[in-house]
Amino acid sequence: MAAKAKTTAGKKTQSRGTGRGAISIRNVTKIYDPEGVNVMAVDNCSMEIESGEVCMIVGPSGCGKTTLLNVIAGFHSLTFGEIYLDDELLCGPDKPLADQGADRMVVFQNGALFPWKSLLDNVAYGPIVQGVMSKSDARDKARDNLAEAGLGEVADKFPGEVSSGMARRAEIVRALINDPKVLLLDEPYRAMDALTKSIMHESLLEVYDRTKVTIFFITHDLEEAIFLGDRVVVMTTRPARTKKVVDVKIPRPRDYKLLSSEQFRVLVEEAKDAVHEEAIKAFEAGERELA
Amino acid sequence: MTDAVQSSHDTPFVVKRSRFRKLLDNKTLWRGVAALVLFILFWEVCSQAKPWFGFQVPWIGKIPPPSDVFTSWADVVQRPGYWESWYLSFFRVFFGFLIAQIIGIPFGLALAVNKYFRDIFFPPFEILRPIPPLAWVPASIIFWPTTELSIAFVTFLGAFFTIVINVLGGARTIDIQYLRAAQSMGASQWDLFRKIILPGTLPSIFTGAAVGMGITWEVVLAAEMISGGGQQSGGGLGFFIWSSYMGGSMPQVIVGMISIGIAGYISSSLIRYVGYVSMPWRRLF
Repeated sequence: MAAKAKTTAGKKTQSRGTGRGAISIRNVTKIYDPEGVNVMAVDNCSMEIESGEVCMIVGPSGCGKTTLLNVIAGFHSLTFGEIYLDDELLCGPDKPLADQGADRMVVFQNGALFPWKSLLDNVAYGPIVQGVMSKSDARDKARDNLAEAGLGEVADKFPGEVSSGMARRAEIVRALINDPKVLLLDEPYRAMDALTKSIMHESLLEVYDRTKVTIFFITHDLEEAIFLGDRVVVMTTRPARTKKVVDVKIPRPRDYKLLSSEQFRVLVEEAKDAVHEEAIKAFEAGERELA
Repeated sequence: MTDAVQSSHDTPFVVKRSRFRKLLDNKTLWRGVAALVLFILFWEVCSQAKPWFGFQVPWIGKIPPPSDVFTSWADVVQRPGYWESWYLSFFRVFFGFLIAQIIGIPFGLALAVNKYFRDIFFPPFEILRPIPPLAWVPASIIFWPTTELSIAFVTFLGAFFTIVINVLGGARTIDIQYLRAAQSMGASQWDLFRKIILPGTLPSIFTGAAVGMGITWEVVLAAEMISGGGQQSGGGLGFFIWSSYMGGSMPQVIVGMISIGIAGYISSSLIRYVGYVSMPWRRLF
């Protein structure tokens, strides 16, 4: 992890990122087997995510997006297929469950800052338990990083004392202090109002422009996906398969003015039909399950 | 609102007020005091209804009025035996309670984190749990050499099961995302236990402690009544009530009851305070 591959980052003009954090998902299938009832959550899904890419996964609720993220993170095993991170096998037929590791940090749907630790201690936790930094060094760095994210004044507060937006930003700081190759975000801004959401987006883009970390971002908000992403992958309803890929060739840095541009509207229209179609299928499937 | 009005008389901007002034302005305190005074007045009037108004109020009319109780109390507090009873009951409660915590918390956590441990120890635990602590009294008397130890054991049982169930439940309902997040960041099993499971269970530990403390008081008093304050184990508030009843002094029975109420209140305040100190993140509201 110490070798930051700085030399390759400069040469590879094509690659956006630091030359690390490329994910290769090959024919991944996940079947849950609760009490013998097979439920296929992900069906033969393949996708190549480049180093430093912001890859947005869009699909109806409950379609299996989160399952895919959990497989990458090492929370769930896969049934078939394999996943590589920078050409190293994370999980495959012989090793269905990936090791959990600080190279893939997850930011959870409902937030998972430890309520019993201050923001500062939350952020310092990773380096301390990994033993890569002394306690005081870790806390110093955590304080710097929080200040950088505009959270310097609330660093000593508990998560319950700050707004959800601040908590979510602190959670991203907590993830990034571990210098991950990939940031896995599972609908992190789901419950937020539009105004807070747009502030969150700008702050995430700012973080991305600084770190160029690979981002795997799950959402069901299409505009969010296009505003943030380099590529938007629309998934089918359960079992999840890749339905459509939209390349977002809008230059960075981006700001909110983009939202009203023609280019943006065209891309949203392009993806909307695919998303809508799957949403209807998901809705009807839900009705069938109830009937 | 009245705070602002009152203070605006002397200075427009209140900078500092003494703790005593703050206490006097505390509405919660005054409501509590008013409620108590009203309750005692109501009780007095009801139990004096016969001599005062010539009719007996059902139920409450048979109880001695608070004035009698307070007279009896004023007499009782001068006897060293009364204070010895306080001491003895407190000692028994806290002795049993502490042992129950010391054994119950690790036991509950072990049940929560280790499947094998749970598979082996949970079924016998669940069979023993519904047995009321007082049903243990005869067995306990045979089992332990002194009456004092028997009482302590029954007290221990009263708190133990509640504590274990709360710790187990608390530890098992910790949000899995906390565990996943910690594991992704490289936490070892020991780190997980110490930094995630333990603090995550702390609120349930204190809930268990508060409930367990209540049960401990119930049990110790009943145990004292049964033991009859023999030679080895004297007094206790439970025995105080029993002997007052046998002696036919109803006001003194009520003195004993109120004493227990106060003792219980002190005990649970103590637990709340320790909880408040050890869980700073729960002080937010």
